[in-house]
Amino acid sequence: MVSADAAVTSAPARRLGGRTAAVAALVVIAVVAPFMVSGYHTHQLTEIVIYAIALLGLNLLTGFSGQISLGNGAFYALGAYTAVILMTRLAVPYWATLPVAGAVCFVVGVLFGRPAARLEGLYLALATFALAVATPQIFKHDALQPWTGGSSGVILDKPASPIPAQLSNDQWLYFFCLAVAIVLFTAAWNVVRGRTGRALVALRDHPIAAAAMGIDTTSYKSVSFGVSAMYTGIAGALGALAAGFVSPDSFTIALSLQLVVGGVVGGIASIFGTLFGAAFIEVVPDLASKLSDAAPTALYGILLIVCMMVMPDGLAGVVRSVQARLARLRHPRTRT
Amino acid sequence: MQALSHQLLSGLANGSIYASVAVALVMIFKATHQVNFAQGEMAMFSTYVAFTLLKAGIPYWVAFAITLVCSFVIGVAIERVIMRRFRAASELTSVIVFIGLLLAFHGAAEWLFGPVIQRPDSPFARDAWYGTTYLSPHEVGMIGVTLVVLGIVFVFFRFTRLGLAMRASADNPQSSRLVGIRVGWMLALGWGLASVLGAVAGMMAAPIVYLSPDMMGGVILYGFAAALLGGIDNPWGAPIGGFIVGVLENLAGAYLVGNQLKLALALGVIVAVLVFKPSGLFGRTVVVRV
Amino acid sequence: MTDPRAPAGPGLGAATMAAPVLELRSVDAAYGATDVLRAVTLEVADGGMVALLGANGAGKTTTLRAICNMGVRTRGEIRFAGQRIDGLPTERIVRLGVGHVPEGRGTFLSLSVEENLKLGSYLRRDRGVAGDLARVFGYFPVLRERFRQQAGTLSGGEQQMLAIARALMSRPRLLLLDEPSFGLAPILVQEIFRILRVINQEERMTMLLVEQNARLALDLVGQVFLLETGRPQQIAADETVRRAYLGV
Repeated sequence: MVSADAAVTSAPARRLGGRTAAVAALVVIAVVAPFMVSGYHTHQLTEIVIYAIALLGLNLLTGFSGQISLGNGAFYALGAYTAVILMTRLAVPYWATLPVAGAVCFVVGVLFGRPAARLEGLYLALATFALAVATPQIFKHDALQPWTGGSSGVILDKPASPIPAQLSNDQWLYFFCLAVAIVLFTAAWNVVRGRTGRALVALRDHPIAAAAMGIDTTSYKSVSFGVSAMYTGIAGALGALAAGFVSPDSFTIALSLQLVVGGVVGGIASIFGTLFGAAFIEVVPDLASKLSDAAPTALYGILLIVCMMVMPDGLAGVVRSVQARLARLRHPRTRT
Repeated sequence: MQALSHQLLSGLANGSIYASVAVALVMIFKATHQVNFAQGEMAMFSTYVAFTLLKAGIPYWVAFAITLVCSFVIGVAIERVIMRRFRAASELTSVIVFIGLLLAFHGAAEWLFGPVIQRPDSPFARDAWYGTTYLSPHEVGMIGVTLVVLGIVFVFFRFTRLGLAMRASADNPQSSRLVGIRVGWMLALGWGLASVLGAVAGMMAAPIVYLSPDMMGGVILYGFAAALLGGIDNPWGAPIGGFIVGVLENLAGAYLVGNQLKLALALGVIVAVLVFKPSGLFGRTVVVRV
Repeated sequence: MTDPRAPAGPGLGAATMAAPVLELRSVDAAYGATDVLRAVTLEVADGGMVALLGANGAGKTTTLRAICNMGVRTRGEIRFAGQRIDGLPTERIVRLGVGHVPEGRGTFLSLSVEENLKLGSYLRRDRGVAGDLARVFGYFPVLRERFRQQAGTLSGGEQQMLAIARALMSRPRLLLLDEPSFGLAPILVQEIFRILRVINQEERMTMLLVEQNARLALDLVGQVFLLETGRPQQIAADETVRRAYLGV
């Protein structure tokens, strides 16, 4: 789809037309898919959609405002547990937990984001890494036990399909998540294309110049932290619904690392990249364990390193450079 | 009073492990301006190597020495084969590479050595003469070994030609080339030494946290906290940071937050240092000219 | 066994017969995709003292960096004492006997003066190091005073002296200096240039100097190359040049 910093030099109308066609095709596939595959695969597709939402959150943070977060798993957990507590303690219907989870995570995200805004790249990565490692222990704490169910976790009822004859529970949940995703993606796309998006990109690429031009960097950074947390929290809530079970060990450092990997492999600062990244982190570890019965994790790790050697800007980067090369072939004298 | 002294001294013992990890982190950071997120997993892997040798019947200190050599080689190899290609990479890219390394070592350990937790024996006999009321022989041994190893490392850096060359490479790589130093190999050496320090930390920690692929997960966090506290670019501050964090962990665990939030404590230290004094206790405040 | 890098035999006649210490033949240089130098050709004779002058951005520093292969892509031939060095890694070029005092001095700021000087003689295994250190103290006595001090605490002028001293400690056959006058008070610059002249005369050390301060350079050197955005022209440093270039 679109990346905020793609300079539109060649025929804009043609590009937009091409993109709209791609989006339309994507939507059609997304709608038809669950009817073509088994229940398990529908579940996988649901997870991909959920990851995509979480990755969108991460991309807004890392891709657009340049803050590396290795701790978004914490917000995912927060969103999940918010949904859990609302549903099990307060009998809130599943769809109503989403806005609450989003709001809670937004507030916490902004609060975390204010001091985080002062940290440079690697230091922020360190701090968020620590956050991710400490998260499961925090949720296991005795004081929170009556709410979170402690180490043994909480079982959730899966949302029931209102039209059981046409849609199974799995399919219903898939479409629910898809609808939420479309709303969130559209919102993000609008922000990214607008003034805020440009400010964020300025912040990412030239933070000093941006500050000199009067952009309130701390506010922008902490709000993007909040928005990122919000998206991730909503994804977490959906994830809880999809899994049907939540425990502190569902949210180890592995989750946060998966999110970062998905973001970078898909392509930071690209909305299209989030889709590829989500598919990557859902499918590839599975593949790795099929390929190598013995050491799937090790294989995955090596794959990541190779990925960074070959396509450091992720798939979106590859697509962009292919597009640029094609553009140069079509208009050899045009300087991009 | 007795309990307090015990907590303090025990904290120093734990702190020796964090000190080793912290020095390893600082070493790589000084040389490459990168944080080795995979340090813990590398240490864990080396520890498994050590205990595999032990199971094969090799005497402890011989296995110790062989492990150090192996981890040195592994560290050098990682730098020469992988990290050198990412010297100029963006921060984000290098973070992914470190994550890849982390997963690779973790997965390799699980595959080669199995996920089952094992309880290795301490090389320091339970009734050894140097045990005291406050410190078990293993704790005394940990502190002793750590001080010896760190001492050797510091002497190496301070008084040898190679150590000088490595410090020069970290200070100013371009000027180092201009005096004929092969900077690339100096970085590789740095990685090798860091790997050795990690292995020492792992081997000392194993009898306490037990041997498993996840053993260094929490330790690395404390290592980060210690390195930041001491000043991420200060190799003298790192061990001091390590001992402070060790004592803090014990005191806070005993009197403040209980055992359940120890990791949150490490997180707290990290965040506090970064927010209030990013250069740590002894680091150089970097003023950036804009 | 004589040090093969020691300056060639006595007398001007012998010097002019020997191969030039440094030769650049039609050298192009670029940073990434940006061309900076085009077809640069120059020569520095043994024992010579040559300045490379030119406006800001003309490529003077790039020329020195190209000689030492520091971050610059080059085409064309670069010869040091008859041997081709283009494309060799910097460390190897330095080993062959090229000393380079870089732009901005390149001092090891966190190390002591002593350690900086030790690094200058890093490659040397011979016994002449102590003698060279004494000689260096002779040129720059302030370095003996500040021997154990951290280099970062030295003033700009002292750091410049340290940088030159460090390069001298490797007993180079060719000394490259990149803007040694930069940011220094005029009195200090005079002193440093005086010392450079002494070194050139007493040790017959070949020097190539890049300078923005044309007047001072013209006073110091015997030969000048003028770099005009990428292409040098050889001009002898006589009164006509002085008048033309400086309007004096």
